[in-house]
Amino acid sequence: MIQVVLAVGLVALSAWAVASFPRSVLVFLLFQGSLLFAYVARIPTWLRVGLLGTALLVLMPLIGFFNGYYLEVATQVGIFVALALGLNIVVGLAGLLDLGYVAFFAVGAYSWAIPGSPHANLIFGGNAFPLPAWSFYAFLLIGLLVAAGTGILLGLPVLRLHGDYLAIVTLGFGEVIRVLANNLDKPINITNGPKGITPIGRPPLPFGVPYSEGFYFLVLLIVAVVIVVNRRLEDSHIGRAWEAIREDELAAQAMGVPLVRSKLLAFACGASFAGVMGVVFSAKQIFINPESFTFLESIGVLAMVILGGMGSIPGAVLGATVVTVLNLQVLKGLSLWLNELKNAGVVVFGYSLADLPTQLEPAKYERMIFGVILILMMIFRPQGIFPARRRARELAKQA
Amino acid sequence: MDLQLLVDIFPQVVLDGIILGFMYALIALGYTMVYGVLEFINFAHSEIFIIGAFVGVELLLGLQSLGALDAVPWPLVLLLALLVGMAGSGLLAVTVERVAYRPLRSAPRLIPLISAIGVSFFLQDMIRLFESLWHNAFNLVYPTIDALNVRLELTRTIDVPVKSLVVILAALGMLGVLWVLVNRTKVGTAIRAVAEDQAAASLMGINVNRIISLTFLIGGAMGGAAGVLFGVQYGLINPYSGFIPGLKAFTAAVLGGIGNIPGAMLGGIVLGLLEAFAASYLSLLTGGAFGAEYKDIFAFSVLILILIFRPRGLLGEVVRGRA
Repeated sequence: MIQVVLAVGLVALSAWAVASFPRSVLVFLLFQGSLLFAYVARIPTWLRVGLLGTALLVLMPLIGFFNGYYLEVATQVGIFVALALGLNIVVGLAGLLDLGYVAFFAVGAYSWAIPGSPHANLIFGGNAFPLPAWSFYAFLLIGLLVAAGTGILLGLPVLRLHGDYLAIVTLGFGEVIRVLANNLDKPINITNGPKGITPIGRPPLPFGVPYSEGFYFLVLLIVAVVIVVNRRLEDSHIGRAWEAIREDELAAQAMGVPLVRSKLLAFACGASFAGVMGVVFSAKQIFINPESFTFLESIGVLAMVILGGMGSIPGAVLGATVVTVLNLQVLKGLSLWLNELKNAGVVVFGYSLADLPTQLEPAKYERMIFGVILILMMIFRPQGIFPARRRARELAKQA
Repeated sequence: MDLQLLVDIFPQVVLDGIILGFMYALIALGYTMVYGVLEFINFAHSEIFIIGAFVGVELLLGLQSLGALDAVPWPLVLLLALLVGMAGSGLLAVTVERVAYRPLRSAPRLIPLISAIGVSFFLQDMIRLFESLWHNAFNLVYPTIDALNVRLELTRTIDVPVKSLVVILAALGMLGVLWVLVNRTKVGTAIRAVAEDQAAASLMGINVNRIISLTFLIGGAMGGAAGVLFGVQYGLINPYSGFIPGLKAFTAAVLGGIGNIPGAMLGGIVLGLLEAFAASYLSLLTGGAFGAEYKDIFAFSVLILILIFRPRGLLGEVVRGRA
């Protein structure tokens, strides 16, 4: 009962706080924390669903009206949640460490960016491009298929490799895709190289919804679909096959699990989520270039999965939220704060902060965050914050 | 296509390839030795390598600010930089093993690999943080030593800067010392025994943990030496510039047969030559359609092809159902 009151109170209070202090990062973090509390608190299911639903469907867009930046953060979080859930299938369920996951995201992004912008006229000639805006919705499916196809193409030769070798080869593959995107502006200009592609068409939205809200709802819808698919997969025939492969390949094979087909399916499933989000991402950003698809992004998504717990759906959601918010808000907030202190010439222990080196920018240290997350989680809690039940037992047994 | 041009640049390309190859060989040793004893890819080795370059540049910059850089004879300066770089990288490698890998030794195989990736990212930004606070810049340039930039004319068309010869000689010397250490000393025998069978080695009275630390120390020191040579040869370094050479050196280790020390040397040189040829000839042969920017892809394709068709590499033995 106390928890019911607490959960409702926290969500309501933090929503009010965000509305009254629209500039404060801390208050927004409190709002996110209250959602987490509503999720873990011992309250009736209808109340939990109601609270989370109200917060995500009503409160968040309302906050967005007051401060568009928070809605942007929420949309980014949604994109990364979908990516983390996709990688969760490959790494968490099937146990295949994929270090080049962002390549599939890139494939999806370019598959809409090229025909959705005038750039395609350079490739095919004529004047047919950009395609009409509504075809964006068709390209959600096309992006999915192209990314899944790429996953299968990559998977066919490399899935015979095990463990760490597979990891390195997928890393190489991710770099190959990025280098290709960077250099395929000649002999035929396909990706426009490092200059990137712009302007990428945006989809028509019903009821005259503004774009920022529209993309938020679109991302939320896709995340919901992805979560449902993930949950259904987990306990399905295929999901069990994946977990069997993760635990022991030989035994799984002996039990009649088709190794290659199951692994390919895992790759294709994971890739397809990234592909869909790639399409959304390119339309949301209007502009994409290879810089958005570096190895750093792949590791970021991996850090999200690891932080939350490999193979765990709520874990992937939590991990994606925490890491994205750390990156977008906490590090940037720290940078701004440090700058303010510097400009004000604050003196700490006789050292004037105005003398701090100009190259010191906390916003640029995302690698350190990812690194620390990966090391600490592996050493102290390899099963993650919200562990999947089976995974937790397995790791406890080995320790 | 200009056939005469292809022939004219050939010796220069071979020379570039050999320099690059020795660099890869030195780094690849760190990967292959650690893989030999632990069957584990030390992903952070690329940063251990670049730390060597940073320790070296700090020493040289320090000497420069004291005005000692031109006063002391350059071979001595270079030797000092190499030793300091080796010590820095070697100690860092041992520390990393102690902190981030040893607690995970009995965990499933992917766990230490993920931890190693974390270490790699962490170290990159630690170097950046340190250099930002210290110099207010994290792209550093090796101070030039004039004697090293003198070009020796070998024939009328080819000349080599002294520093390239120094790099080759130093790498050769280092590889020789390592070969003697591993094959002709008691410690080397212990390392090979641990690589063969940890349990049996410990029954024979070998302190396995100490040997593993020693392996990291030696591999790290080789990487550190490669770092200093990298800085001397190419000049500009930044905290992230270890990553791609590290990945390629890993490719070289796999190419030669991972876990195999002569294999790493051979793989490094083969990969260096392949890459130098790709960088200079790709654009000439395809009429400019594909240029040197594809040389990284080239190295990765080599890696993928070897792993698919000959996972044990050029000199490796058959791996027991694990690789």
